[in-house]
Amino acid sequence: MTMYHFIVFLPLAGALIAGLFGRVLGARPSEIVTTVFLMIAAGLSWVAFFDVGFYGKDLRVPLFTWISAGDLKVEWALRVDTLTAVMLIVVNSVSALVHLYSIGYMHEDPHRPRFFAYLSLFTFAMLALVTADNLVQLFFGWEGVGLASYLLIGFWYQKPEANAAAIKAFVVNRVGDFGFALGIFAVFAMIGSVGFETIFAEAKSLTGKTIHIFGGNFDALTVICLLLFVGAMGKSAQFLLHTWLPDAMEGPTPVSALIHAATMVTAGVFMVARLSPLFELAPSALTVVTFFGATTAFFAATVGLVQNDIKRVIAYSTCSQLGYMFVAMGVGAYSVGMFHLFTHAAFKALLFLGAGSVIHAMHHEQDMRNMGGLWKKIPFTYAMMFIGTIALTGFPFTAGYFSKDAIIEAAFAGHNSMAAYAFYMTVIAAALTSFYSWRLVFMTFHGETRADHHTYDHAHESPLVMLIPLAILATGALVLGFAFKGVFIYEEGVEKFFRHSLFSHDNWHILHAMHEIPGWVPWLPTVMMAGGFLVSYWFYMVNPRLPVALAKQQDVLYRFLLNKWYFDEIYDFLFVRPAKAVGRFLWKKGDGWLIDGFGPNGVSARVLDVTRGVVRLQTGYLYHYAFVMLIGVAALITWFLFKGAA
Amino acid sequence: MATWPILSVTTFLPLVGAVFILLLRGDDEAAKRNARWVALWTTVVTFVVSIFLITGFDKSNPGFQFVEDHPWLGGTIRYKMGVDGISLPFVILTTFLMPITILSAWHAIEKRVKEFMVLFLILETLMVGTFSALDIVLFYVFFEGGLIPMFLIIGVWGGARRVYASFKFFLYTLAGSVLMLLAIMAMYYQAGTTDIVKLLTYGFPRGMQTWLWLAFFASFAVKLPMWPVHTWLPDAHVEAPTAGSVILAAVLLKMGGYGFLRFSLPMFPHASELFAPMMFFLSVVAIIYTSLVALMQEDIKKLIAYSSVAHMGFVTLGMFTFSNEGVQAAVFQMVSHGIVSGALFLCVGVVYDRMHTREIAAYGGLVNRMPIYAAVFMLFTMANCGLPGTSGFVGELLALISAFKANTWVAVFATSGVILSAAYALWLYRRVVFGALEKDSLKSITDLETREIAILAPLVILTLFFGFYPAPVLDMSAASVANLVAQTKAALAPAKAALLGVQ
Repeated sequence: MTMYHFIVFLPLAGALIAGLFGRVLGARPSEIVTTVFLMIAAGLSWVAFFDVGFYGKDLRVPLFTWISAGDLKVEWALRVDTLTAVMLIVVNSVSALVHLYSIGYMHEDPHRPRFFAYLSLFTFAMLALVTADNLVQLFFGWEGVGLASYLLIGFWYQKPEANAAAIKAFVVNRVGDFGFALGIFAVFAMIGSVGFETIFAEAKSLTGKTIHIFGGNFDALTVICLLLFVGAMGKSAQFLLHTWLPDAMEGPTPVSALIHAATMVTAGVFMVARLSPLFELAPSALTVVTFFGATTAFFAATVGLVQNDIKRVIAYSTCSQLGYMFVAMGVGAYSVGMFHLFTHAAFKALLFLGAGSVIHAMHHEQDMRNMGGLWKKIPFTYAMMFIGTIALTGFPFTAGYFSKDAIIEAAFAGHNSMAAYAFYMTVIAAALTSFYSWRLVFMTFHGETRADHHTYDHAHESPLVMLIPLAILATGALVLGFAFKGVFIYEEGVEKFFRHSLFSHDNWHILHAMHEIPGWVPWLPTVMMAGGFLVSYWFYMVNPRLPVALAKQQDVLYRFLLNKWYFDEIYDFLFVRPAKAVGRFLWKKGDGWLIDGFGPNGVSARVLDVTRGVVRLQTGYLYHYAFVMLIGVAALITWFLFKGAA
Repeated sequence: MATWPILSVTTFLPLVGAVFILLLRGDDEAAKRNARWVALWTTVVTFVVSIFLITGFDKSNPGFQFVEDHPWLGGTIRYKMGVDGISLPFVILTTFLMPITILSAWHAIEKRVKEFMVLFLILETLMVGTFSALDIVLFYVFFEGGLIPMFLIIGVWGGARRVYASFKFFLYTLAGSVLMLLAIMAMYYQAGTTDIVKLLTYGFPRGMQTWLWLAFFASFAVKLPMWPVHTWLPDAHVEAPTAGSVILAAVLLKMGGYGFLRFSLPMFPHASELFAPMMFFLSVVAIIYTSLVALMQEDIKKLIAYSSVAHMGFVTLGMFTFSNEGVQAAVFQMVSHGIVSGALFLCVGVVYDRMHTREIAAYGGLVNRMPIYAAVFMLFTMANCGLPGTSGFVGELLALISAFKANTWVAVFATSGVILSAAYALWLYRRVVFGALEKDSLKSITDLETREIAILAPLVILTLFFGFYPAPVLDMSAASVANLVAQTKAALAPAKAALLGVQ
């Protein structure tokens, strides 16, 4: 048994204990068991982080053979390198804090053992994902977190919206998985293995080879990477496959913080980083990744501008920030993307948990139009949200300042044909991010309150068990960027820290180039951040009537943004309704009219008359008929065969 | 090697139990109770006996084992039995599921209990016999014989439209069986033997293979069922009592897939290759077509029946890739589907026994009063849409990965099934289990009782166990499948070589 067995399987043990025996144990013991297990796992993860990242103790822990059939061999093994170690601390730290926070947040819920079991189950699946040693194991974790996400979004199963959101999340993710699965098949067809070691070793030999798919011959590596990226788009809610993420906010808020901000949605980013040896050899695929990342960063930020639900604003922000991470991946700055993943986990979990604290204080009110002036009532939460906001918007020396600005610089320095597009999109999105983030703060905490008296008067600060996780995350949001920039952004640091866990075909030329860009570029995001803040301040503090007037004046644009570019309506029209219509048509016309009408019904209509008689006969000893028929069949064949033989 | 005829004992022990029940007198409660207990004990003992088949089975031997060979019907036709790695999983699947099925009918069947139990025991004999017969006439007797008890089970204990359903079932399967009978006679004329072992290496002329293949196809395609001869299945399932549905989905359908593996592929390799594109086409259509139809069903059982057809599409898809992974996928997928679909029908039976309706709209919010049921049903729903960690994933993965090597278009279309299966399965679950409990009729519904937990628990365990560790099934079939694939390829190789020589 190694430390890694504990890191991965303690959450599973917690999930099983709370899930199977939660009713017997009761709520409190279930909470304590899962939370303590997660804390142990988180502590060990930090040990692992230093062991692997700084002392180079990479290892592979074989567990057992999963599937072995023909040429396909899938092993269960824990692959631990720096990339995994970074994910381990992100997943386990945030999960431990969310477990702790949930003890307070969910204290009135009658189904707490189930909730904690799901949280721990999710954590286990996520750990299986980040420690995967092959594509199928990665897929296991991938689907496992999808299941946990489905269960947690639909946790309040009496709410129809929660059920709808849960199904939507699962099915839209399955669309991504469709691409992911085909990518796995293509890798197996070309390389004959699904293990990472073999794939990475053989990747070079695939350059220039083609694969026959979709009716033509295409560059094998590009096809493989694009198919796998479709999976990443689904899980990380990228443009076109993003529709499930905002709806997923129907789940309890701690779930949003853990799954839909810090961990699961970053799985797509992790996947591209993990498969960097493949993506590096497929420059066209990377260009596509850059395009989708940049588009998502911009698109989601525009929608975030006008949302009124506090959680949805943060959800669109998450979507947008994930776009940033993909931009970094797309231009080959994998370590920079991972850096943003790392810091984003802290400040976005902080924002969600802070929002949870607000919602808790406001008795489940989520509409910011019914808030305002709350800073006096919940000053600690306000302070924490303030820190989260400055970190997200990239205020100098906070976490976002280092990681987000580095992505913008990388986009500027990038070479692929979408890099310039990505640069402009991320710069604009930086201003938008600042605007909607401060809008959230101002609408929630400042100005005259718009809440009804009763709610406002009873608004109260959350218990300590919820505030401690906030404080820890806030610390992270402030210091993580400064503390770890050396090993994520600077060439020498990255090479020593990540070693072979990330691959760059030109020895991290991009990181080098990032530091040789014109002097105005690094200032640009900060200027944008300040601009967004000022406009937001003008709109919501100085002249609060202005946004209303503007929305009226620009009605079409406002509606377009408020309705999220009408994606849900378009998809409903293009996919959901046709699928139902075709299904009904095939059932009634295909099966009913065509196949049955011309097949058995025509015949059986004749036979039925006879049958009625037969059934009437069967009032007596049924089994006699059975034996007679059986013997009859046997006799018939025998007779035929003897006749033939003679 | 065993010194006692384990296979024959496994096959005919249920028949002994059936005779025993026939000897019971009276129609009172005591007689009914005795009939149930005799049936249960018979099936349990049969299962225990069949375990000797697993322990005595040599996994490295690709040939037939536990072979029994006695003259029967004048010498030409022999009573020859034996199992290899392809048939043994199905024998065990059958003996394993029978006690569960009998238990599921414990209270659900109140009229003609004796007859019901007798028919089920006869059915078990016929099913086990089908999978272990090594003489083609013997196979035919078992294979077609299975039709009769099932026909009666649906026709007598079925729902309102049982007569229509049972006749549809009968007509479809009979049409196929007549053609198969003709093919068997033709094979006998040609090869002069009815011994399957000899027929496997006989090498039929190419022209003849085509016709024989088609005749067998007619029978197996209906049994499996493949699109477009699948329409009997939803009706049969809807009308059949729960126990009948379980056996129909879990075992009877597998006879079709087993038939393809035992006869079509090894005996008619050229025809199999010739028709492989057609099989791919039909499989893909089945997966997409029936999944879409499943989406719109209003009856729980019909929905699961349509999803069965889609899942059988993966079976035919895998086996006609003629690869190790593909054929193993077929065997594994059939075993897994036997467990999962059987369990799903049992889950439907649980609520049907309480509410006497299968209409989806009549349910909603069951989780509020039936948390254990909700958890169990969730597991099988997830297994049905192929979630990794359940047995459903392994078969689909292997089938699709082998299909991708054979033809990427086929794989692309078939893989879209993962989206559709999630959609119909989760939508069903949401409408039945989730939501608020609003309907008055459901307000006093009770959660699983001990008997129901006892029958579902083994299926829960196996679904998860094979999901994480499919080796017991995969290893059991590996050698025989490798042998089958190698022989099929060898038979095709000279033709290919000749073709290359011409060029």
